[in-house]
Amino acid sequence: MLTAGIDVGSVATKVVLLRDHEIYHLVRPTGWSPRDAGLNTFQELLQQTGYQESEVVCKVGTGYGRISLDFIDKAVTEIHCHARGANYLVNGGGLVIDIGGQDSKAILMNDEGKVLDFTMNDKCAAGTGRFLQVMAAALGVDVSQLAELAKDQQPLEINSMCTVFAESEVISLLAKGSNKQEIIAGIHRSVTRRVWGMASRFGAAKQIIFTGGVAKNLDVRNRLAKEAGAPVIAPELGQFAGALGAALYARDLASKELS
Amino acid sequence: MRPQSMKVFDELRNLNVLTVQNAKQNGERVVGCYCTYSPQEIILAAGAHAVTLCGTRQEPIAAAERDLPRNLCPLIKSSYGFAVSKKCPYFEAADVLVAETTCDGKKKMYELMSKIKPMHVMNLPQSQTGEQALAAWAKEMEIFKDWLAEKFAVEITEEDLRKAIKLMNREREAMRRLHATTKVKPSPVTGVDLLVAVWTKGFNINKEDGIKLVEDLTAEIEELASQGISPFSPEAPRILLTGCPVGFGSEKVVRLLEECGASVVAFENCSGYKALDRLVDEDENKDVMIALAEKYLSIPCSCMTPNEGRLELINKLAKEYQVDAVVDLTWQACHTYNIEAFVIRDYVQNQLNLPYLHLETDYSESDVEQLRVRVQAFLELVQGA
Ligand code: SF4
Ligand code: SF4
Repeated sequence: MLTAGIDVGSVATKVVLLRDHEIYHLVRPTGWSPRDAGLNTFQELLQQTGYQESEVVCKVGTGYGRISLDFIDKAVTEIHCHARGANYLVNGGGLVIDIGGQDSKAILMNDEGKVLDFTMNDKCAAGTGRFLQVMAAALGVDVSQLAELAKDQQPLEINSMCTVFAESEVISLLAKGSNKQEIIAGIHRSVTRRVWGMASRFGAAKQIIFTGGVAKNLDVRNRLAKEAGAPVIAPELGQFAGALGAALYARDLASKELS
Repeated sequence: MRPQSMKVFDELRNLNVLTVQNAKQNGERVVGCYCTYSPQEIILAAGAHAVTLCGTRQEPIAAAERDLPRNLCPLIKSSYGFAVSKKCPYFEAADVLVAETTCDGKKKMYELMSKIKPMHVMNLPQSQTGEQALAAWAKEMEIFKDWLAEKFAVEITEEDLRKAIKLMNREREAMRRLHATTKVKPSPVTGVDLLVAVWTKGFNINKEDGIKLVEDLTAEIEELASQGISPFSPEAPRILLTGCPVGFGSEKVVRLLEECGASVVAFENCSGYKALDRLVDEDENKDVMIALAEKYLSIPCSCMTPNEGRLELINKLAKEYQVDAVVDLTWQACHTYNIEAFVIRDYVQNQLNLPYLHLETDYSESDVEQLRVRVQAFLELVQGA
């Protein structure tokens, strides 16, 4: 059975085609139209894999753009899709920490991967991918370089939580001649402290699974493990956890209808 | 199907303004109240009308922020905004105001507000336990009574007070019956409609008419229920709402919950059931001020410390209304309810074994989509996705 999961985030759109244990995936920038991003990425992945759209028995959408997808069978929130996908990639439940473009979330699962509780950051951008993006721009580096630059550096203190104020703080640190790499380490620590502050309310978890775009940043990952005092697992397909979860929901849905 | 009587309540909003203005022209007195702690019995006994003025709308907030800090609870800003912008006909109609020392934000705002209209602030004890607190609160009742009597140049007799107590108890009982209609599964009325009815009633200055309206609405909803009519499917998760006061204009979370497929069946907050749970003792042998003080002091508001009554009330309502989950709403910068959320979460999840969601927001629409994700994810969780 072939099913699809379409995760339209604020920054990136991720699509997964799922067939038995085979996972096909593709990521594209969301751009200005969540609907088009969802549809085009889905069709591009079909083309790449050689499947026909008619072969896809069920499509589930998730992410902030899920409401604008008119070609899907059902929408499920990213909370449940992320948990589902993360638990598929790393069995045994635990705590999922997802840092996305616009928001970050912590999801507590039982051993079977069922969601027990969750929290999300509120209105502000501290502790999100957006925060890192703004800081990288202020420092004149690309987000993809951050991890390498911050590696093994002693973090400088960044006090502001607010993205706008943190940006001016970073600029004044630069003006004072502070070390750029130490500033980046400080930014990473600020993000992880914020995120862990939110996630730690669930207490010690059996394992921590780190997903979302930011999970690719090894320095953030290490600092998160340090904050948490526990190992952090970042599955290779972590960025696709939401889309994968959606594809798994689609599979359930289709099987239910068949039976 | 929406109860027909709800139309009456929709229109009442404008009608009530006229009633108040007519009353004023006939030389009748109006007292504006801000909180469920205001002893309406004393106002009625003084031959005056009581209107609830709590700010539940976004519009006047900008005006309030000229004088007040921005990071203050929207309820306080909205209340004050109405006062300074002269946009609330009820505020304009009020001859005097009565308020209580509840949370710090309100307390300090009242100091500013008292420059606009004559205001009496009652000193509310911070704790409900001990003879001392009760005695002090009874004394405050006495002081308010004397203040009002002097302002309006009337005499407030014990007989007037006993009569007012009976009337207010009847109103409370009518309101309780209205709330109880949602015990039926699925609920015959939406939480939004219930909220509108409850909120509109606060502006109804004619108590007997108000009770009649509520009774008619209740009868109609009960009739719908007996025919098995409901705007909800039987699977709709039943929600108990607790936390900060909610009113018309600040109902966004209730609306969102119901838009996402839930049915809000119980309102624990003080705009809902909190102040109805206990009646005033009608025992003629009891000191009338003590009887009043006992009732009002027992309201389990988060400005009390400790505030165990809130847990008991949540427990009671959760069982009686057979709820599937609890949503706890905090207005931004409301420290008392925000901090209590920690205890409520623990109690709901571990004692009642129910799913719990804490939402923190204000009156603006700016975060509706973010809230929607939380609400939908929560309902998926409740329904065992
Ligand atoms: S929450 Fe407390 S202080 Fe606020 S209106 Fe209700 S009873 Fe009054
Ligand atoms: S909502 Fe909280 S901060 Fe606002 S008036 Fe009521 S108790 Fe005070």
